[in-house]
Amino acid sequence: MYEFAYHRPNSIRKASSLSASGEAKFLAGGQTLLPTMKQRLASPDALIDLAGIEALQGIELKGRTLHIGAMSRHADVASSAVVREAIPALAALAGDIGDPHVRAMGTIGGSIANNDPAADYPAACLGLGATIVTNKRRISADDFFTDMFETALEEGEIITKVLFPLPRRSAYAKFDNPASRYALVGVFVSKRGRDVRVAVTGAGPCVFRVAAMEDALSKRFAAKSLDGISVAAGDLNSDIHASADYRAHLVGVMARRAVAAA
Amino acid sequence: MPKVTMTVNGKAASADVEPRTLLVDFLRQHLRLTGTHVGCDTSQCGACVVHVNGRAIKACTSLAVQWDGASVTTIEGLASGDALHPMQEAFREHHGLQCGFCTPGMIMAAVDLVNRHGGVPDEATIRRELEGNMCRCTGYHNIVKAIGAGASAMQGSGKVAAE
Repeated sequence: MYEFAYHRPNSIRKASSLSASGEAKFLAGGQTLLPTMKQRLASPDALIDLAGIEALQGIELKGRTLHIGAMSRHADVASSAVVREAIPALAALAGDIGDPHVRAMGTIGGSIANNDPAADYPAACLGLGATIVTNKRRISADDFFTDMFETALEEGEIITKVLFPLPRRSAYAKFDNPASRYALVGVFVSKRGRDVRVAVTGAGPCVFRVAAMEDALSKRFAAKSLDGISVAAGDLNSDIHASADYRAHLVGVMARRAVAAA
Repeated sequence: MPKVTMTVNGKAASADVEPRTLLVDFLRQHLRLTGTHVGCDTSQCGACVVHVNGRAIKACTSLAVQWDGASVTTIEGLASGDALHPMQEAFREHHGLQCGFCTPGMIMAAVDLVNRHGGVPDEATIRRELEGNMCRCTGYHNIVKAIGAGASAMQGSGKVAAE
């Protein structure tokens, strides 16, 4: 790693103002950022550690909305009685990210700010119709994930929490890469009233929804409703782990499994 | 350089470190606690697992400065004098190691998983929990056996809350 300065502010305001100078980066759980810096693929001149900011912590249910603080670790979300009761599929997703030691450090805010194309949390946010709250505004998940490793966040903008409306049914089905445990393909489905969402991670350059599946499921929420619906392989990723055709096939399989489990 | 102060294996430890000093390098190079190993240095192999504030983390993917004021337990801090921790004893008894390089991380991960699950986890749970610990001698079978036995022994010895 190249040298950098380290700051540990105790407020969002201080963190934001520290980011105004030079090439600073926010440090959440560091499970992606620190390996990236070790490889010298990132070389910020300062790290602003968000772990000392009380306002980014906490998980609570307010009415029919689950509030998860941006610095909540995956292990906290997975083991939270509140999350397990309110949205069990979200707790299960968090408990299957990486490995136990990564889950003890990695955070929901860090994961979605990074927007890795194979990360799990983007699928949950998009699949549940979450709202991402920052120190400046509220952004719907539909507008937040813009491209590979890119989001709607602006310079100095800090995610403070994520709001999840409670679904009536939801589930996440992941076909994970056996080496990295990232999603080769992961599909998050949810149903809330007539609103059905199908969000796919791992398959393309950025998490996306499948309108044809959502339409079919909103008529009848059953795995069988997905028969004959496929996604085009043309826009999907091809790499040493899987071809685009294989990923397209997996989207159908994982979507059916998720609907059956929801 | 920032000064960091931690409680490591029950003793106060403090040093001036560069912000880029990894927790594992602070333990190995500044404190000379070389029981914690660096295997892959990419947060995959788990040889560097230590407990920080009661949670197992990968010390190669964390900065020392992040843990000012924290309480850290390494493999050196598990035994009580000459008496091995029940999990260490179980690894010896069940031949849960071959070359031994992964063993410190395996044992720290094992104690953490028993603390989190309570009781004696079943084999499937132990195998799933070892997701982040690699043994390149392919000795997993005895490691899994050792962790089951160590978990039972921990219940008997009241070692669960030893940290």
